[in-house]
Amino acid sequence: MTFEPDSAVAPNAPLDLPEMEGSGKGGAWQVLRDVLSSWPARISAIVLLLIVLMAVFAPFLGTGNPVTINPALRLQGSSAEHWLGTDSYGRDVYSRIVYGARISLAVGAGTVIVSLVLGIFFGVLTGYFKWADIIVMRFMDGLMAIPGILLAIALVAISGATLTTVLIAIAVPEIPRVARMVRSVILGVRNEPYVEAASILGTGVWKMVWRHMLPNTVAPLIVQGTYIFASAIMTESILSFLGAGVPPETPSWGNMMADGRTFFLLKPELILYPGVMVSLTVLSVNMLGDVLRDRLDPRMAKRL
Amino acid sequence: MNDTPVVLSVEDVTIDTRPAGRKPIVRNITFDVREAETVCIVGESGSGKSVTSMAIMGLLPKDSLQVTGGRILLDGEDVLKVTPARMRELRASRVAMVFQEPMTALNPVKTVGDQIDEVLRLHTKLSAAERRKKVLHMMERVQLPDVERIYRSYPHQLSGGQRQRIVIAMALILRPRLLLADEPTTALDVTTQKQILRLIKELQEEEKTAVVFVTHDFGVVSEIADRIVVMNRGDLVETGTRDEILTHPKEDYTRMLVSSVPSLVPRCDPVPKNPKVMEVIGLAKRYGKKGFTSDSTVLAAQGISFTVRKGEITGIIGESGSGKSTVARCVMRLTEPSEGAVVLNGQDIVPMHNLRAVRKQVQYIFQDPYRSLNPRRTIGQSLMEGLVNYGVPEKEASRKAAETLEMVNLPAHVMNRYPHQFSGGQRQRIAIARAVVMEPSLLIADEAVSALDVTVQAQVLRLLEDIRTNTGVSILFITHDLRVAAQICNTIVVMQRGRIVEQGPARDVLAWPTHDYTRALIDAAPAPDWDFQNFRPVERAV
Repeated sequence: MTFEPDSAVAPNAPLDLPEMEGSGKGGAWQVLRDVLSSWPARISAIVLLLIVLMAVFAPFLGTGNPVTINPALRLQGSSAEHWLGTDSYGRDVYSRIVYGARISLAVGAGTVIVSLVLGIFFGVLTGYFKWADIIVMRFMDGLMAIPGILLAIALVAISGATLTTVLIAIAVPEIPRVARMVRSVILGVRNEPYVEAASILGTGVWKMVWRHMLPNTVAPLIVQGTYIFASAIMTESILSFLGAGVPPETPSWGNMMADGRTFFLLKPELILYPGVMVSLTVLSVNMLGDVLRDRLDPRMAKRL
Repeated sequence: MNDTPVVLSVEDVTIDTRPAGRKPIVRNITFDVREAETVCIVGESGSGKSVTSMAIMGLLPKDSLQVTGGRILLDGEDVLKVTPARMRELRASRVAMVFQEPMTALNPVKTVGDQIDEVLRLHTKLSAAERRKKVLHMMERVQLPDVERIYRSYPHQLSGGQRQRIVIAMALILRPRLLLADEPTTALDVTTQKQILRLIKELQEEEKTAVVFVTHDFGVVSEIADRIVVMNRGDLVETGTRDEILTHPKEDYTRMLVSSVPSLVPRCDPVPKNPKVMEVIGLAKRYGKKGFTSDSTVLAAQGISFTVRKGEITGIIGESGSGKSTVARCVMRLTEPSEGAVVLNGQDIVPMHNLRAVRKQVQYIFQDPYRSLNPRRTIGQSLMEGLVNYGVPEKEASRKAAETLEMVNLPAHVMNRYPHQFSGGQRQRIAIARAVVMEPSLLIADEAVSALDVTVQAQVLRLLEDIRTNTGVSILFITHDLRVAAQICNTIVVMQRGRIVEQGPARDVLAWPTHDYTRALIDAAPAPDWDFQNFRPVERAV
């Protein structure tokens, strides 16, 4: 029903070909422009960009050493020297917030990379090979049955609290979700005629996966990636807050909230500042993720 | 006939997209439908025939399409001006619609009896017992067997034909003045189609219903139409009685459309002297696994034996579920055969492990050109993929791809374009080029023209014949459409329920069928004795 009739009847009549438009398909730039055309997405992008710049240029933003303890200056209010005051050990809150962005973003980005790489690997494996599906997916099901936080705490407890272990602890529970998604996409396109056509043309397994299957996962993975990024930042904060995160002296927003808890009645800003930062970051990432999803998922786009 | 009252009068109707496009998508359509008359709206995809019928039902999607001019009078009442409430009333009692796909028109979680009953419940004041009696009576009238059982059945428990009967029963139970049927038999097998067409005709004669029948199939048109409205790209091309249009079309477009319809007249002789390219011996395919105690397997094909000779087009014909696609997939091991041998150029390929060697010799053309090309890869990349896989250097592959594109009548410079920039027919030619560029000795075309409009279909069939002549390739041509098979096949294999019931030269099988099923298929093919190319009845030469 959707076919356009050929204009040519005689075999050599001129062809009625549509004009070439731009790059031919909606390229990455087009998507980016589209996404940034909405105000919520634009604001989120700006906020995120500022946070990233803050993390990158932390030493040049009028900060001091975030871990220097100065018991004489405990729990001070805002001053010219300490813009946001000091905490219970006399450390500069402003510096800790700025440096904390590094930890949060590193954990977010690291988790996304680790979980996507491993998730895609297992997803392709299970989606393409039936034998792997039975074994690996049962393992993934088991992994999904354990609450992520619990698993993370256990992993940190076993191997000690360093940034790397925290990162792995947060990434591992995300792998099954990514793997499942990739697997379902692969299963879906496996029987598409164009995939069968490629196999008839003698295309090998890995070329097939790379060329004909994986491109279908890009859109959902970008969306999934933003959510993982946001939830990783949250989880890191929660782990730190529970004392199972990065070492306590490391300036992380979660650690700061954990420290501030004891002095909540005395000085609520100690929780408020890092809390606002976590919320801002997570909210921006989620908003961008939503807009991306609407843009990349044609079913959602139609409804808008 | 001319003094019978006009039921539907479409006057100068123009339909545009919202917001308005460069050109309205349906322009100044005018036609009348009288009581007890069947008017067929014929056209290819994109002709605006379905949009016109939706407008009559008041079912245009409000946010994207609107009627911008003209009137649609139903018994003198303009349906474009009535309130939504009145439109609902009209839809139930005056005008009803039958859609193409009965499965989606029915609610899968309610019994079909309930669904017909609902129509009465909403629009009449009958008691439950009266309604039930009426529903069962209607189900008998649409010739459903064992109506008590079917009343309690769910849609998935019925066959496609039975479902379409239910939809027709629902449409006609309130005795509407006008029945709109949008491709109601397109999704059905020919034998079922024949029955449904006869049923609509009978009910129409009893009830004096006016019928608007939207279709792309001239075979169907010639069977049932009193008058024909021909549409092309939103314009009304020509209206006339059936005989006027079929024998003396005035407009060039109509002439082309009618002459594109394949006739059931076989045109090709077998080529018995050519060497065998493929011989299938005792092929069988069993789906499912045998358990220890139970046998839940399904035999999709068994005892399949036939031969394809060099330069020959062999047709495998059958209705849905006959196993014809299973056979096509088995002979190139897209599906593993359970038994039998497939001898390709003197070598049995069933036990072979190295499929690459097999697949270079056999290529496959899929039914749906929208799904058989990777949307993310350019035409050139798709065409070169196979060659590069078999070690042809990139430059050489590119040159060959360009040559092959020209062979399928597409300019070589389209290599950098993506599939979505082409129409269905053009894509199918690209898919054919992708298969031909591999220089196979056998091409398998699995319903390769079934999704195409008749004029495009005619072009693609001509293209396949040209390719056969120029390259000497053999073609295994899978189709459900006897008329298409008659156009290009040298020999024909008829399949029913996984078995071959008859095979032989196309001329013999179509002219003197020996098996009842073949005869039934030929009888069911719409307009078996009309020679569309020559605008006259078939001359029976015996």
